[in-house]
Amino acid sequence: MFLKVSLTISLVIFIFALIYKVFTWFRYKIGIGSEEILTSTRFFSAIKGILLTIFSVKILTLLKVFVLDVLLQFRILKEDFLRWIMHIFIYGGFMLLLLMHALDKYITVAIWKEYYSTVNPFIFLRNLFGALVIIGVIIAIYRRFILKVPRLFSNAMDIYAILIVAVIIFSGFFLEASKMVAYSDYKRMVDEYSGLSDPEELKSLEAYWVREFGTVSPNLKAPFDEKILAKGKELHESSCAGCHVRPQWAFTGYVAAKIIRPIGLGIDRVRLPSMLWYLHILACFVGLAYLPFSKMFHIFASSISLLANGVIGKEKLSPANKATLQAMELDACTHCGTCSLRCSVIMAFEEIKNINIFPSEKIASIQALASGRKLSPQELRLIQEGVYLCSNCYRCTVVCPVGINLQDLWFNLRETLLQKGYPEFLVLSPLSFYRGLMREETVLKNYEKPLIQAREAIAAQCDLMKKKDKVLPLTPTDRKLQRGLNLSAQAKTFSVCFGCQTCTTVCPVVGNYEDPQEALGLLPHQIMHAAGLGLRDLAFGSNMLWDCLTCYQCQEQCPQGVHVTDVLYELKNLAVKQVRGRTLQSMERK
Amino acid sequence: MMEFALFLGCTIPARLNQYESSSRAVLEKLGVGLVDIREFNCCGYPLRNIDFKVFLLSSARNLALGEKRNLNVMTLCKCCYGSLKKAEALIKENVSLKKEVNSTLEKEGLKYEGKIEIKHLLSVLHKDIGIEAIKGNMAMTFKRLKIATHYGCHALRPSQVVGFDNAIAPSLFDQLVEATGAESIDWPMKLECCGAPLWGVNDRLSMDLTLKKLMDGKKSGADYVCAACPYCHIQFDKVQKMILSQRNMNHPLPSILYTQLLGLSLGLDRKALGLEMNEIPISGIEELLSIETEFGEQPESAEKTEST
Repeated sequence: MFLKVSLTISLVIFIFALIYKVFTWFRYKIGIGSEEILTSTRFFSAIKGILLTIFSVKILTLLKVFVLDVLLQFRILKEDFLRWIMHIFIYGGFMLLLLMHALDKYITVAIWKEYYSTVNPFIFLRNLFGALVIIGVIIAIYRRFILKVPRLFSNAMDIYAILIVAVIIFSGFFLEASKMVAYSDYKRMVDEYSGLSDPEELKSLEAYWVREFGTVSPNLKAPFDEKILAKGKELHESSCAGCHVRPQWAFTGYVAAKIIRPIGLGIDRVRLPSMLWYLHILACFVGLAYLPFSKMFHIFASSISLLANGVIGKEKLSPANKATLQAMELDACTHCGTCSLRCSVIMAFEEIKNINIFPSEKIASIQALASGRKLSPQELRLIQEGVYLCSNCYRCTVVCPVGINLQDLWFNLRETLLQKGYPEFLVLSPLSFYRGLMREETVLKNYEKPLIQAREAIAAQCDLMKKKDKVLPLTPTDRKLQRGLNLSAQAKTFSVCFGCQTCTTVCPVVGNYEDPQEALGLLPHQIMHAAGLGLRDLAFGSNMLWDCLTCYQCQEQCPQGVHVTDVLYELKNLAVKQVRGRTLQSMERK
Repeated sequence: MMEFALFLGCTIPARLNQYESSSRAVLEKLGVGLVDIREFNCCGYPLRNIDFKVFLLSSARNLALGEKRNLNVMTLCKCCYGSLKKAEALIKENVSLKKEVNSTLEKEGLKYEGKIEIKHLLSVLHKDIGIEAIKGNMAMTFKRLKIATHYGCHALRPSQVVGFDNAIAPSLFDQLVEATGAESIDWPMKLECCGAPLWGVNDRLSMDLTLKKLMDGKKSGADYVCAACPYCHIQFDKVQKMILSQRNMNHPLPSILYTQLLGLSLGLDRKALGLEMNEIPISGIEELLSIETEFGEQPESAEKTEST
């Protein structure tokens, strides 16, 4: 009764949650191109896409991906052998337990008519599979908490996942162990199956079980007479052995039974076996009901992601299917940290403490964003910075064990966030090279907007630039500026500039304009001079700073040895730091 | 055998596979061993505009990884080269900066002492292998091929830091191009920037500069522009294509990677050279290859044929 009711409840929750989760794949909107597409359009276009794939030669690719990547998980093997062992043990052991042990009434019995959970090979296999899971869980704990794999972050969901598996498996083993020592369970089996009634015979059998199998009896104690044991052995072989092998075959449970044997009588008195049974069953059902909301949902989503990305390859998806795929991929992420381990720009985190720099941690933020949660401007800005601070090297996508096209996810989201209006100064760096290359392949609405926005945000902080008559004081206005130019000793060289204008003359950017001052503001030699005078606003607010190619012509030609390009670099660093700080403050005030 | 840690950077594996495969093929042919270090990260170049420390740490971590294996680092990218060299110079001359960098690297068990050398592919070819040895390996040479040789700013300048070649009158790349039998032409804008650093930041300006340079090459009689840097090549290839279509222009100056050019005359497998992967077609260049090498009479090439 209890079993049926709790199974039904958990199964109902599971199914509804599953439907809900799958529904979100069609509803969540991530990035450009997904805003205007209806959920129903996405749904039907996905069905169409799936059918077209199944009824084509691509089915062969699907089969290959299913065997190699989904079942055998070659992508994890390629990355790290220990991790592959861990995952294949946990997942393999657990799946086999599910099929053979949990669903024995439906599957195992159907295949083997003479199935009994107490005979071989089933009793042995059950223990073997369980042992595999335990080894896997131990490796998982070792990796996360002892080995401390670099940049592997453990969140609540990761801990839950390890915990639920551990509780299910350990409760199972201790359930088996406690039944081995519990006298009531021995008594029940004798009553039900042996058909013995002679007290002498019963005593001999009991003595044999106490001696050989570790049953803890309240009546009998070793040592036993050899004759009684011989008789007991005979009875065991005639009445029990037919459908109950030696418990030693249940090797894991037997080891646990050995440990708890000294308190065997107490275990039986408090009916620990039945408590453990409830724990085991409940843990399984909680695991089942909560599965769609937990990391364990990756069982479904990751398989789908591997299969989908396996057949998509480099071809272009329709916007509707792309939106659906990307929403689904968020669920496929197992937070394994491979992407963060291999990420090219991770050193940035040492200076810019934004957790969204790590690909594995961006996913959580994107989930929040996609689910429609209200995020503060500050949070949005951090996600934006995180997704833009990326050298677009595709490594995360290449190494992802579940085949998520992470690069595409970042790119897509980046554009949406940039259009929200928070200035992103990273666009004024060569990180934008990729965005420039993509401007034709993806229809980028308002391509120029983020670039203008960043420059305007900087100009807005430079009051002197707005002065019409340009009459400036000759005394240094910002002494801090000079002190700020100290990132490397080279930047200090601006002070020896004698204004010969060689830098400006050789600058290819200056040479590109009829009226360079109109287009660029201060020219290189003037910026050196502005740095000398501490005219922060003029240095920061000049387009020249952001239009510098960093070709080092100026620096190479300078007769005074001024490190012109390096000074420009440092001015840019300073400008970003100061303006970013101020824009943040003004955003918080809003 | 000569051995280097191959520093690919971010752009090549993601967007320019033919540069990697052709470089590997060329270096294998010339007997250079390559070691791949998976832990390498971005050189830091794209972040120099934003945060000096991020750049420095990124570069230093790569150098420390090379040093840990006692391997000199070879880059294929001029921007990676310039960044790594810059970081090396800064750390060598500034003790407190070195201390700071190493205290961060220490968290990963890394340390950078400045013991290894940083080289660009072209300097390895020119200095470590040598023009004569390259010529000795030629299977074919180009006839009547005019190449506009593009040096790349971050390899040439600042010369005190990079030490690649004479920054005012460089000849290293010209010699390498001429080793294939092609003519390296004189062109006024040879040492100018390709425009790539501003692509995506200020496209109009970037286009102006790229176009000016390419038109100058064309006017000077070049058949192809030749680069040995992913940024320069992509700018001359994919971006040139975008510029021409935007400005309604025809007749591009196609770009060929140096390793493709050299690979062709070394007679390497076409598949590794990836000629058809370039956006602006370059397959016509093969017609200019001729079997008789102009160095065919030389004794060292005869020896080479015997030994192989």
